[in-house]
Amino acid sequence: MQLAHGGGGRAMKQLIDLIIRPAFADPELDRCHDGAALAVDGPVAFTTDSYVVRPIIFPGGDIGSLAVNGTVNDLAMCGARPLYLSVGLILEEGLPIDTLRRVLASMHKAASAAGVRLVTGDTKVVDHGKADRIFVNTAGLGRIVAPTPIGPSSVRAGDAVILSGDIGRHGIAVMAAREGFGFETTIESDCAAVTNPVLALLEEGIAVHCLRDLTRGGLASAAVEIAETAGLAIVLDERAVPVRDDVAAACELLGFDPLHVANEGRFIAFVAPEDADRAVEVLRHHPVSAEALVAGWVEHGPSGRVSCRGALGVMRAIDMLSGEQLPRIC
Amino acid sequence: MKFRDEYRDGVTARRFAAAIARVVTRPWTLMEVCGGQTHAIVRFGIDELLPPGLTLVHGPGCPVCVTPVEYIDKAIEIARRPEVILCSFGDMLRVPGTDGDLFTAKSRGADVRIIYSPLDALAIARAAPTREVVFFAVGFETTAPANAMAAYRAKQENFRNFSMLVSHVLVPPAMCSLLEAPGTRVQGFLAAGHVCTVMGFRQYEPIAARFGVPIVVTGFEPLDILQGIFMCVCQLERGRAVVENQYSRSVRRDGNGPAQEIMREVFQVVPRRWRGIGDIVESGLGLAESYGDFDAERRFGTVITDEEMATECISGLVLRGEHKPPDCPAFGTRCTPERPLGVTMVSSEGACAAYYRYRGARIPTVGGR
Repeated sequence: MQLAHGGGGRAMKQLIDLIIRPAFADPELDRCHDGAALAVDGPVAFTTDSYVVRPIIFPGGDIGSLAVNGTVNDLAMCGARPLYLSVGLILEEGLPIDTLRRVLASMHKAASAAGVRLVTGDTKVVDHGKADRIFVNTAGLGRIVAPTPIGPSSVRAGDAVILSGDIGRHGIAVMAAREGFGFETTIESDCAAVTNPVLALLEEGIAVHCLRDLTRGGLASAAVEIAETAGLAIVLDERAVPVRDDVAAACELLGFDPLHVANEGRFIAFVAPEDADRAVEVLRHHPVSAEALVAGWVEHGPSGRVSCRGALGVMRAIDMLSGEQLPRIC
Repeated sequence: MKFRDEYRDGVTARRFAAAIARVVTRPWTLMEVCGGQTHAIVRFGIDELLPPGLTLVHGPGCPVCVTPVEYIDKAIEIARRPEVILCSFGDMLRVPGTDGDLFTAKSRGADVRIIYSPLDALAIARAAPTREVVFFAVGFETTAPANAMAAYRAKQENFRNFSMLVSHVLVPPAMCSLLEAPGTRVQGFLAAGHVCTVMGFRQYEPIAARFGVPIVVTGFEPLDILQGIFMCVCQLERGRAVVENQYSRSVRRDGNGPAQEIMREVFQVVPRRWRGIGDIVESGLGLAESYGDFDAERRFGTVITDEEMATECISGLVLRGEHKPPDCPAFGTRCTPERPLGVTMVSSEGACAAYYRYRGARIPTVGGR
């Protein structure tokens, strides 16, 4: 990759015509216009996110699948069916074309799997050293299918907190790949779109009050954010929260709390208590949420407090991560 | 998870707690030495399972907390040199010096790298022969052998661009210092299991005899700690004061011979200032004379600053077990992990950080059904 590939001239046109458009294979891109012309019925959800992961390729995914699934999941969390994505690429001079091809192919595959189209985009190339190989921004548009507003303000005391599966895999997978820990087993990221299980909940008429994907900051930060915005308290049962043995072992070694470790294919759903069992059953029909379970519940107060019943049955407070997650000395 | 879940079993824990309640006839105050134990106690609520009157106070065993401020300042000053790559364990980066921390230095352009093993620093030095790689070697006896190994290898392989800024501390002199302090509350110790895995527990036998305190070498899982407490209060109730080993799956009386050997080869015992506590004779490790070439303080010169502590902060009293974090009027209000007044709130192993993280700004009253 050279600076000329972002310079607006012949080289850039070649990059777009020969590498990017074929990789995404969407008729909207073949119009070669300044933007996409789209039609959407009814209310829409609109979101954006930028992706700067290192390494850009890790067990279970890469920055391409991450950038598609992350934005697709944000739309799903709005109770929307994801429809269209834009792709902004910031490429570092010197990036091998094959690496770019791989990332683009991965984006296309993830988009196809999630049923979303990549319809517009932008490419910039920056000097060597001014970016970390490749940065991606995706913005997404989805049609809201939820019959009632989904968000923290819809959460009610008594709601069940449903967790879609085991936690902590993405954070540990990326960290292990970056730092080269050489664990005996390879931990794969959980990076995946969660559109299907979320849409299934809505189609089944489950009273979904709020959805939140568990990304950076983990389950703990998601719960605290929602408790604070809703002005309610959340109680989690740590004993119910699934953590795979290899992830748990890595967390023990590094001094991390799995509740704070990042995920990319997990979410929590706040549903009316009478719908909780049915919601779990619906989620368990989908591979990405096959281990869904009730992990906690909502209480009237104190406002913003998240607590959790630990291994010995004693309650403890849960807070957001303070600063960076740092491995301890011993 | 195997080798973890069986030590976190709630039913067995309550059985231990009941056994402790049966043997205790009067109030006792025990100190767990290690910050890892403090975190387990607060995280799992072990103190809440104990009978009233049995008090756990938290000891100085947090390596980040007790590293003196002048060493943070030295590390920052060295890191600012353009030729230097400063390598450190992660949780040292947040510790405030007189003027900022290593994270701040990094954001201003210093090449500060988090490593997971001291040998990683050597690998960096090998890969960057034109740079000066400095490893910030801190910790108790637990980390000392691995840190010593880095210096040993550097000498064997004749590294010219590697040095260490060493601020190691030793547990037994700190325990003696606490016991010598007038009006100490501590009547028994849970000694740090991992330190004893390296050093064994012979060193603790004269301390138990001299001060008449029971010392139980204890592990880090909830059931380890409950069993350690049980063994300690049994001694107190019977008027005994000896060293016992709860953590027998890891600790032997003589410890780990090869680990001690490499420590003796590379380090020598030196006086050390402990942040929040003060100077303690023969309480630290510095590089031995034969390893002087690898001493970053010699290579780069040093700055000495006087320790300044926020007047409101009681972290020194917390590190000595004289106060608990919530006793501090600033705890959770003017002092939080985002805006810490003292090191015990900064470090992930600090007692104040443990209370804040697991009990919230104000304890305890965490309800639930």
